[in-house]
Amino acid sequence: MKPGGLLKKYSIKPRDFVKAGEGSIRIQKFLKFIGFDAGLIRRISICAYEAEMNVVMHGGDGEMSMLVDPKEIVLEVADDGPGIPDIGLALQEGYSTASPEHREMGFGAGMGLPNIKKNADSLDIHSGNGQGVHLTMCFEVKTR
Amino acid sequence: MTAIEGKQLKLSEIKELLHAKIFAGEDKLDITAKAGTASDLMSDMLTGKTGGVVLLTGLCNVQVIRTAVIADVAAVILVRGKRPTQEMIDQAREHRLPLFSTPFTMFTSCGRLCAKGLRGVEEKPPAPAVPPYGC
Ligand SMILES: Nc1ncnc2c1ncn2[C@@H]1O[C@H](COP(=O)(O)OP(=O)(O)O)[C@@H](O)[C@H]1O
Ligand SMILES: [Mg+2]
Repeated sequence: MKPGGLLKKYSIKPRDFVKAGEGSIRIQKFLKFIGFDAGLIRRISICAYEAEMNVVMHGGDGEMSMLVDPKEIVLEVADDGPGIPDIGLALQEGYSTASPEHREMGFGAGMGLPNIKKNADSLDIHSGNGQGVHLTMCFEVKTR
Repeated sequence: MTAIEGKQLKLSEIKELLHAKIFAGEDKLDITAKAGTASDLMSDMLTGKTGGVVLLTGLCNVQVIRTAVIADVAAVILVRGKRPTQEMIDQAREHRLPLFSTPFTMFTSCGRLCAKGLRGVEEKPPAPAVPPYGC
C-alpha cells in the first residue's frame, strides 16, 4: 500500500432511506476486496452502518470517510445536523430518540452507539446542541 | 464461527423445511447455514456472531436486506408469508444474498429449524432446563 494510505469518501443524505446503508456496504466490499481479516471487516462494517443510519435518522447532511493504512483503519462519520446534547446519555444501551416510523422499520433500539463502542478499538465523539456529530473510530490492523 | 457446534443445514433443506418461496439466490441453495438467528430489530441483527447464519425476520423493508449484507448472513427468511418488494429483491440479487419467504410464523419457523439440529448464535451452551435440551 502507498504511504499515506487509501482514502474513501461517501456522502450521506438525511432521511434518505432508499440509499441508506449503501456507503457502508461499499466500504465492506472494498475491505473484502483488499482481503482484510473477516472479523476486522465485520467490526468496521457494523460501525460504519450504525453511524451511517444515525446520520440518516437523526442527523443532517453528512459524510463518511475511511482512511486505510497498513497499521490502522480510521473511519470518520460527520454530519451538520442537530447534534447530541448529552453524549453520555446517548451512549447508554436502549437510549433512543427515534420516531415511531423509525421503530416500525426496525431501527431505534438505542443500541447503535453502544454497538459502535463495542466494535471499534477506539471511539471519539464530538458533538453538542446544534453542532452536528463527528465520530472518529479507529481499528488496529494486526499483521498475520 | 459459532461456539456451539450444531448441525449445519443447506439452504435447500431450510427451504424445504419452511415450505419457503425463493426470491433471490437460486444459485446458492447448496451453501450451508451454520446457525440461525431471529430478530425484528436491526441493531440486534448486528450483535452476536451472525456471519454465515440464516436470519429470520418479521420485518419486510429494504433496510433488512442492507442490514443482512452488513451482518454477512447466509440468507434472509421473511416469516408469516411476507412478500418482498421488487426493490428488496433487486438489492438481494445485487448483493448475492439469498432471500426467502415462509408461510410459517416466527415461532414455528424457528422451531422447525431447531428440531433439525440448527443452533442459535449463543456463544456458550445454556444450562439445560430439563435434559435433554433440544436447541
Ligand atoms: N448523527 C446524530 N445526530 C443527532 N443525534 C444523534 C446522532 N447519532 C445518534 N444520535 C442520538 O443518540 C441516540 C442514540 O443513538 P443510537 O445508540 O444509535 O440509538 P438509535 O439510533 O437506535 O436511537 C439517538 O436516538 C439520537 O438521539
Ligand atoms: Mg442508531
